[in-house]
Amino acid sequence: MTETATADNGVNVEALLGARGAITETPDLAQFTWRATNTWRKGTHSLGEVENFFGLGAEQTHTKRFTFEGDHPLQFAAEDNGATPVEVVLVALGGCLTAGVAAVAQQRGIQLNSVKATIEGDHDIRGILGADPEVRNGFNEIRVNYDIDADASPEDIQALVAQSQKRSAVFDALTNPTAVTVTIN
Amino acid sequence: MSQPARTTTVVVIGAGHSGLAMSRRLTERAIDHVVLERGQVAHSWRTQRWDSLRLLTPNWMTRLPGHQHEGDPDGYLAVGEVVDLIQGYADGAPVQTDTTVTAVRPSLDDFVVETSQGPWHAQAVVIAAGITTAPLPAVAQALPEAIESVTSLDYRNPTQLPEGGVLVVGAAASGIQLAEEIHRSGRPVTLATGEHVRVPRRYRDRDILWWLDASGVLDHRWDQVDDVVRARNLPSFQLVGGDRTLDLNVLQAQGIQVVGKLGGIRDGIAQFSGSLTNVLTMADLKLNRLLTTIDDFAGGRGERPEPTVVPRAPLLVDLRRAGIRSVVWATGIKPDFSWLELPVLDHKGALRHEGGVVDWPGLYVTGLPVLRRRRSTFIDGAAADTADLADHLVAHLGRVSV
Repeated sequence: MTETATADNGVNVEALLGARGAITETPDLAQFTWRATNTWRKGTHSLGEVENFFGLGAEQTHTKRFTFEGDHPLQFAAEDNGATPVEVVLVALGGCLTAGVAAVAQQRGIQLNSVKATIEGDHDIRGILGADPEVRNGFNEIRVNYDIDADASPEDIQALVAQSQKRSAVFDALTNPTAVTVTIN
Repeated sequence: MSQPARTTTVVVIGAGHSGLAMSRRLTERAIDHVVLERGQVAHSWRTQRWDSLRLLTPNWMTRLPGHQHEGDPDGYLAVGEVVDLIQGYADGAPVQTDTTVTAVRPSLDDFVVETSQGPWHAQAVVIAAGITTAPLPAVAQALPEAIESVTSLDYRNPTQLPEGGVLVVGAAASGIQLAEEIHRSGRPVTLATGEHVRVPRRYRDRDILWWLDASGVLDHRWDQVDDVVRARNLPSFQLVGGDRTLDLNVLQAQGIQVVGKLGGIRDGIAQFSGSLTNVLTMADLKLNRLLTTIDDFAGGRGERPEPTVVPRAPLLVDLRRAGIRSVVWATGIKPDFSWLELPVLDHKGALRHEGGVVDWPGLYVTGLPVLRRRRSTFIDGAAADTADLADHLVAHLGRVSV
């Protein structure tokens, strides 16, 4: 690929590869804990906040606090103060995969011109309403469709998207089981 | 141990093809040595292989130093024939059978090799002990007790399994072969499939390994491949020893249910990964890249295999309700270095070495995948690998004896 020297997707691959090297030497540095808080407002409306996390052996903070209004739409007799939590899951999946596309493209010397993902999740809400015990609460299926304009062959773009899925934390979290414990203070 | 220590220049651990090839190299260089073997010559071929197994490589690739295979160059040796071959190849080698190595530790200026037949002192040690363990993945602990569990090293034939459904976990060479054989025995098979390496048996009228040999792919050196850790840990090619392709399309056409990687078992319900589509896509992409490499070498373009059919795969399977009575774990095999009393293992228990030269002067390892080149993965790699390592070893002995 002749683009290697010129591709600039705004991803610092050297820093990422350096981190991978350091973490291979010292696996403890790789242990991260991500955190969010969620505060009930009213009805189904709540406020999610993200500010700090643990990683690289120490407490870390974002450059600022990020807030996420969560609610349900009018069709659920709610006030629609924010995206529905299931939609936030789709947002997270898209954000993770697209970050991966950019990082892998940078590493492979592929210049991206535009990347847009459309994410859809099919959901039978009889599960959450308790209307049918045979229906699960979560998504039945999630589809991600990418429109990518890049200086690369269709096969290379396909490989990019495949590798992004292979290395995506949220893709893994959705496709594989994770133990979840909920406690009360 | 009451027996007195014996002394030799080099102890080779393991009388399989790799250790015996090393023995040839040492004999060529007039270096005194002994080959210690836990059981009989070709022990793992006698005790850790299923009945119907054939080598994945055609006979013309069964080349060892001082040995060239006779007979049909395009055939694939059955497991018994491999035993005979290695047994014959051991003729004249200084092999001590029924001698299990229990420890290797440094001594004053050499090594002590503790064995079930007393200790040896040696100035150098070559580990050619093969890949003899099949560690179960963590998820196996959650398997309901009523369901039988067999690893690929313990599996012999389908009659060993109870009647009823079988979950085969892993879709490398072992997993796909066992899935087919078990399914044919009338036990319906579900095949859990993570990342895998799909190759056709033949491409453009040649065996796939002929192309990899001729195009130089098998000669890619360990210190020149992109990511040697990854290369060494890749699943084996989806191949069967025979003149036909065995891949997930063939298995699905036979009625085998392909599902995603086994991610967990909870309350008797197996959870299969929803990443199956991507895993199949990646294998097809890599397959086509490999075939493009061959086309670039040969010129022109061959006919490409059909894409892998993406099945409707269940994510949650209640094992008992689905009639699954046994699980065959074909999730990979690993060498055992637990008897090494030397600080040469990394935090994951892997041996620290550069192309078989272990991170401890005088200690060597051979017979591991992509040890010094991609060819190392096959019997055919032993000739060049042992020559390289024997040269290094001679230089080492020169240094210690001065």
